Amino acid sequence: MNAKGEGAPKAFPKGLKMKSRYVTSMIAFLILLPSLGAQTAQQRESGRSIHRDGWDRIVPDAPKAQNSATAPVRDLTGIWEPTPGYRDGVQATGARNYPSDGKPEHELPFTPLGLETWKSHKPGWGVTAVPIADNNDPFDICDPIGFPRIELFNLRAIQIWQNKNQLQIVYQNSQVWRNIWADGRELPKEILEPRWYGYSVGKWLDDYTFVVQTTGLDERTWIDNAGRPHSDQLMVQETFHRVNQDILELTLTINDPKMYTKPWKALDKFTLRLQPEWFDIREQVCSASEAADYNKTVAAEAAAEKKK
Amino acid sequence: MKSRIGVLVFASSVIFLRLIPPTFAHHGNATYDNKTVTIKGVVTEWRWTNPHSFLKFDAKDEKGNVVQWIGEWNNPSTLINFGITAKSFKVGDEVTVTMNGMAKSGANLGRVVKVVLPDGQELSMGNER
Repeated sequence: MNAKGEGAPKAFPKGLKMKSRYVTSMIAFLILLPSLGAQTAQQRESGRSIHRDGWDRIVPDAPKAQNSATAPVRDLTGIWEPTPGYRDGVQATGARNYPSDGKPEHELPFTPLGLETWKSHKPGWGVTAVPIADNNDPFDICDPIGFPRIELFNLRAIQIWQNKNQLQIVYQNSQVWRNIWADGRELPKEILEPRWYGYSVGKWLDDYTFVVQTTGLDERTWIDNAGRPHSDQLMVQETFHRVNQDILELTLTINDPKMYTKPWKALDKFTLRLQPEWFDIREQVCSASEAADYNKTVAAEAAAEKKK
Repeated sequence: MKSRIGVLVFASSVIFLRLIPPTFAHHGNATYDNKTVTIKGVVTEWRWTNPHSFLKFDAKDEKGNVVQWIGEWNNPSTLINFGITAKSFKVGDEVTVTMNGMAKSGANLGRVVKVVLPDGQELSMGNER
C-alpha cells in the first residue's frame, strides 16, 4: 500500500455515495419492517380483545387454514400458547375435561378417602364453591400452585427449552419452571423430599410424541381450581404430541389410587400454538403482599356484613 | 374535592344476562349476586395487581354522603388485551362505573364490566369477563 492509498477501497464519487446510503437505508428499513410493525401497533380498542405479549406487541391471530409445515423431529422448543384463544387454558371450574359442574359425565371416580378429602377443600369455583372469605385454597395465599395444577388452572403461555438430557418448561403463570429429565434415568424409587412440582422423567415415544411421568408431588397442592385432591401416590402422565410445525397437543392423565378408583384424563389433546420468536411472556406472579391486599380490601369486604 | 364528586346516577337491580361465564381467577362467584349497578364517582386509587385489579372511587349516596366504592376487575394479564392498563386511571378522574355482580353482604363493592372516562372513552371487556 502506498501513500495514495492504493490497495485501499476507492472512495465513491459523491452522487454514487448518496445513492449507496439510500440503498443501505432502504435495505435496513425492509429488514426491520416486520419488527417495526409489531413494535408500533399500539392501538387499543375497548370491548374487544387485541392479544398482546409482555412488551405490548400485538400477537397475530391464529390462521384459519391449518396447512402448517411438518414438525421438526424430536423438538418441542418454542413459545406456546393455548389456541384458538389465549384464555382457553383458564379452566376456572376445574380440569378442562372434568369441570366441577354437577354433570354426571364429569363426576370423578373418587375413592371414599378422595371424596372426603375433596369435601375438606373449600374452593372458590365448582359445585363445592364457598364464599371468598371461607376459601382454603392454598393458591389464595400464594402457596406455589404446583403441578399438575399449573397446567389445569390458568395455563397461559409456556416456553419449552430442551437439550439431549432434559426438557424445561417455563410457565407464564407464577413464572415457574419444571425440568423433565430425558437422559434415561428412572423416577426416584423413594421420595425423600416431596416437591411442589415433583420429579419428572420423559422419553420420546416416536419422533413427534414425548411422554412424561411425574411423581413425588407435595400433598398440600390441589389438582385443579375446583379443589380436587391428590395423595403422595399421585402419578401424572403428560403426552406432548407435536401435530405439525404450529400445533402441540397435550394430554394429561391423573393416576392416584388412594384418591381415585381409576385413572382419568384431565386434558385430552388440549391444543397449544407456536408463537412468534419475538413473543415475550408477560409476568403473572402471585405476590404475597398483593394477594394480602386483595384479600383484605376486596375479599374480606365483600364477605363482611355492611356496617349500618 | 367534594364538589367534583358525582352523584349516584343509577342504581337499579337489573338481572343481567351473562353471555359468557365470568372467569375471575380462583376466588369464584359465591360472594356476589347478579345485579347491575352504575355509579358516577371520582377515582381514589387504581390497584393493578394479581390476582385481581380493583378500582377505588368515591361517590355520593342518596343522602349526599360521600361513600367509598370498590370495583373489582380481572387480572392484569387479561385486561391488558382489552386496552386496559396500569395507567388507565389516575386519582381524581371522574368516572362512570358499571358493575355486574354486587357483594351479597351489601358492601359497596361489585365486579366491573365497564368504565366511562370523562372524555367519553369506554373501557370494557365486551361480553367477556
